[in-house]
Amino acid sequence: MSSGTGVGPVEKTGVWDRFTIGQKRVIWAWAFLAVPIVFYVGIRFYPTFQAFWLSFTNWDLLRPARFIGLANYQKMFADPVFWKVFQNTFSYLIIGTPVSLVVSFVIAYYLDRVRFMHGFIRALYFLPFLTTAAAMAWVWRWFYQPVPIGIINGFLANVGLPSQPFLRSMDQALPAIMVTAIWAGLGFQIIIFMAGLRAIPQTFYEAARIDGLGEWAILRKITLPLLKPTTVFLVVFSSIGFLRIFDQVYNMTTNDPGGPLNSTKPLVLMIYQTAFSSYDMGYAAAQTVVLFTILLVVSLLQLWVLRKR
Amino acid sequence: MTTLTAPRSSVELAANRKSIHPGRVMVWTLLFIGGVIMVTPLLFMFSTSLKSAGQVYDLRLIPAAPTLDNYVKVLSDGRFMRWFFNSTFVALCVTLSNVFFDSLVGYTLAKFDFRGRYLVFIAILSTLMIPTEMLVIPWYLMSAQFGWIDTYWGIMFPGMMTAFGTFLMKQFFESVPDDFLEAARVDGLNEFTIWWRIAMPMVVPAISALAIFTFLGNWTAFFWPLIVTNSRELYTLPVGLSSFAVEQSIQWEMIMTGAALATIPTLLVFLVLQRFIVRGVMLAGLKG
Repeated sequence: MSSGTGVGPVEKTGVWDRFTIGQKRVIWAWAFLAVPIVFYVGIRFYPTFQAFWLSFTNWDLLRPARFIGLANYQKMFADPVFWKVFQNTFSYLIIGTPVSLVVSFVIAYYLDRVRFMHGFIRALYFLPFLTTAAAMAWVWRWFYQPVPIGIINGFLANVGLPSQPFLRSMDQALPAIMVTAIWAGLGFQIIIFMAGLRAIPQTFYEAARIDGLGEWAILRKITLPLLKPTTVFLVVFSSIGFLRIFDQVYNMTTNDPGGPLNSTKPLVLMIYQTAFSSYDMGYAAAQTVVLFTILLVVSLLQLWVLRKR
Repeated sequence: MTTLTAPRSSVELAANRKSIHPGRVMVWTLLFIGGVIMVTPLLFMFSTSLKSAGQVYDLRLIPAAPTLDNYVKVLSDGRFMRWFFNSTFVALCVTLSNVFFDSLVGYTLAKFDFRGRYLVFIAILSTLMIPTEMLVIPWYLMSAQFGWIDTYWGIMFPGMMTAFGTFLMKQFFESVPDDFLEAARVDGLNEFTIWWRIAMPMVVPAISALAIFTFLGNWTAFFWPLIVTNSRELYTLPVGLSSFAVEQSIQWEMIMTGAALATIPTLLVFLVLQRFIVRGVMLAGLKG
């Protein structure tokens, strides 16, 4: 790793020695940052501006990009499919985030107190987090199949309930996919909640018990308020995850991506199809700008709301 | 695991042993049932992968006549091995790059004092706000221009450094005492050696957390590899599995075998490294 010395031998005897220790350290710092700065400028910032610029063009990979003003945005806002997709994306967020957070908190809250076989039970909840979303989407897709194949319908038939269409239904497909996504993320949220619970000093609980507070009061007055940083982190993290859902939807609806009839299509899948099936890059870029705006607004809103209280 | 959950005192331990509360038993049972439900998809995936085509409609968990034929069939043409290698190679390179650069930048921002430090930090942190999906179109354009489409480098380049990793490492380097670094400076070590030899070994838990996250994230990544690869030889395992499953159509025992092959490696690693991984997730979650 001697190449990392950064400054050549020539300078070492001449120019390099004339710098003060402080100046040398500044030079080192910028030498360390040189490659990363090139990376962040070239692979993060420049592409971001390029995405904004492309959203105002009609670029389609074949002809050179031409500036067309707000035409892409006008087209998008006049497109009923876009509004359906917009609604779907928020459905994933508005149902998925609260449900997954409440479930994972309840499990973490009780799991934290369990002593008997604690590690084993925790592992059961955590395992799904380590799987590949694309692979698990296919397992769940199989679960949702109609009677002779699907496990869930097989179970329903056994207990005498009518079988359900799940992925073939316009009403049930989105919740069915959402269950898969919630299942995949639950283990991570449980572990983070448990870490948050552990970080609360025991003395708070002891003091509360001496004051005669009951379980419920301790939960409301001590645990939940002290757990707020963890909760804020998980709300933002999981919201961003649901707004960007793709792997599950793509793999569970390959015969009609985002179907049936766009009823499950999230924004990212629409972007993917516009860009890499229709090669309408300018239009797709406009959609990514909308995604960027949604993510920004939702994160800032949540941080603001959760910080206030 | 036991050390993490050790009862707070021996008195409490004794109390726990004596009173087996009916309420506690119920909580334990419910948690256990919930845990079993969580792994049910995995159990049925493995079970079906061991069934022959004729047995697929038999929904019992334990296969009547388990067979490894599906695995032999799926592995015989070498596609899965290739995808497995691709995923591992890509994830490994990206992880090494992240461990090196995220630490270097995190260290520089935590331990060097220079004008512009805060600006660089905010600039890097602000990239957390930019969703990958917004960048894929420009990345695709860039890859097309430089001939990176359908190459390993094309799959890897967007993730070579991350703001999350940089932030995580900066947090940890801040807790390294300056005295150690000063002592090394007095000894005449250069700044690079001080970082690599003195500071890095002091943040090994953070490095392992970062490495685990980066590796797992890249190993299971789907969106960008799907876009940037065209030829089957370059698919990563998730992308390859997806194309394989579409091709198998309704042969669910084959699809489940493929899914199992994509799942087994991470599960095995987990069984070996369970404690590190859980601790790493906790560590990253708390600091991040």
